[in-house]
Amino acid sequence: MKFTEEHEWLLEEGDLIVVGITEHAAEQLGDVVFVELPEPGTEVTKDEEIVVIESVKAASDILAPLDGEIVEVNDALVDNPALVNEDAQGAAWFFKIRASDLAPMADYMDEAGYKKFIG
Amino acid sequence: MAELLTTPLHALHVKHGAKMVPFAGYDMPVQYATGIMGEHQHTRAKAGLFDVSHMGQVILRGPSHAAICDAFERLVPVDVAGLAKGRQRYALFTNDAGGIEDDLMFANRGDHLFVVVNAACKDADIARMRAALEPEIAVEPITDRALIALQGPAAEAVLAGLAPEVAEMRFMDVATVTLAGAECWVSRSGYTGEDGYEISVPEGAAETLAEAVLAHPDVLPIGLGARDSLRLEAGLCLYGHDIDAATSPVEAGLNWAIQKVRRAGGDRAGGFPGADTILDQLANGAAQKRVGLRPEGRAPMREGVELFASDAGGVPVGRITSGGFGPTVGGPVAMGYLPVDLSTPGTQVFGELRGKRLPLTVTALPFVAAGFKR
Repeated sequence: MKFTEEHEWLLEEGDLIVVGITEHAAEQLGDVVFVELPEPGTEVTKDEEIVVIESVKAASDILAPLDGEIVEVNDALVDNPALVNEDAQGAAWFFKIRASDLAPMADYMDEAGYKKFIG
Repeated sequence: MAELLTTPLHALHVKHGAKMVPFAGYDMPVQYATGIMGEHQHTRAKAGLFDVSHMGQVILRGPSHAAICDAFERLVPVDVAGLAKGRQRYALFTNDAGGIEDDLMFANRGDHLFVVVNAACKDADIARMRAALEPEIAVEPITDRALIALQGPAAEAVLAGLAPEVAEMRFMDVATVTLAGAECWVSRSGYTGEDGYEISVPEGAAETLAEAVLAHPDVLPIGLGARDSLRLEAGLCLYGHDIDAATSPVEAGLNWAIQKVRRAGGDRAGGFPGADTILDQLANGAAQKRVGLRPEGRAPMREGVELFASDAGGVPVGRITSGGFGPTVGGPVAMGYLPVDLSTPGTQVFGELRGKRLPLTVTALPFVAAGFKR
């Protein structure tokens, strides 16, 4: 699993990358009450805002970590946003992307690096 | 930036695992380990303890009760003289344009009025009272007392366990009660829509009292996050957001706070800042009105979202002044201002969120029925 400075996790699954937010990010956000996901089939560009996540406190955006096509999204989050607080790095994945350029993956942190990053 | 002030309960917040944030110049708990959602729901189900010591406590003294009331009525459009001893009332400081400078509570405690004002406004409020009332009336800021609120359906049973007489108090009664061995000034009131008490306690006894209340299994400490969602569901205004110097009491739907005796035809009509504008609006209505709003989707719409009459085109007709997720409602809730012709409950309007127009329904306030003990 790789991690971005935007507190996303990325997991390779075959030729797709599964993306979610970290437990640390979920804890910082507090109780999540709303998640808006992109349409499957959407072409996205790295750093584009593609997911809106709102907690009781505030709204946040999630950026596309890679260029590519959104292949699948986790509709369970739309019906049950609290899943993000319950299982951020498991059942609460946000989307699966077919990356057109995997080069940024090499720059993302490993778990030890991310732990250091969040201090 | 100036160093943050702390309340007498600061150490208690830290000990109980609070996440502290700056608020109105104070280092205050926004939430504890329970989290905003859980704290909100616990307060509605049982009882929550809030530290509101950042608010301003002021005593007004004068040559007679009548003199204090006469003087204070020059600042607020409210019946002060008619408030019975041992009772509390909501009031507003108005300005010459008819806008609201702050909202407050005041209590008739016999030989003095006890006034509680918002933290962010307290310096201005004290200056306003001094300028208008001194030297006849002494304006005494009370800086050696904490202020805590115990709110929720279990509040009566919890506090009566420490002082049985509080069970006899009705909504908006005030009394002097010994709690934790100290003289406390207790009112049956709050800012959550629930039954409960607000307690002014000498700072040296504040922690002992708070821990005694928290020792009850039904009580959890509650932060500012849940305080905001509780008051929003209760339809209560937050100064600086839902009401401010540019909104009048009539626009804000606070007509109920202006008793007949201060209105046109009353024995003490007018005589407060902005009376011409406010009395005119009471008689003829205002152009805009504060309303409750329920977003029809799941997305919360927060302060600053612009409101439109239709789903495309046109100019904004209003804006949201408070909004978020209502844990008891189970969905997003908001308050905002709309032209009077769009302010009837059931009317559909549109809020622009992330470039999209999303529907909201004008809804009667409060969103959650009050649990006051009248």
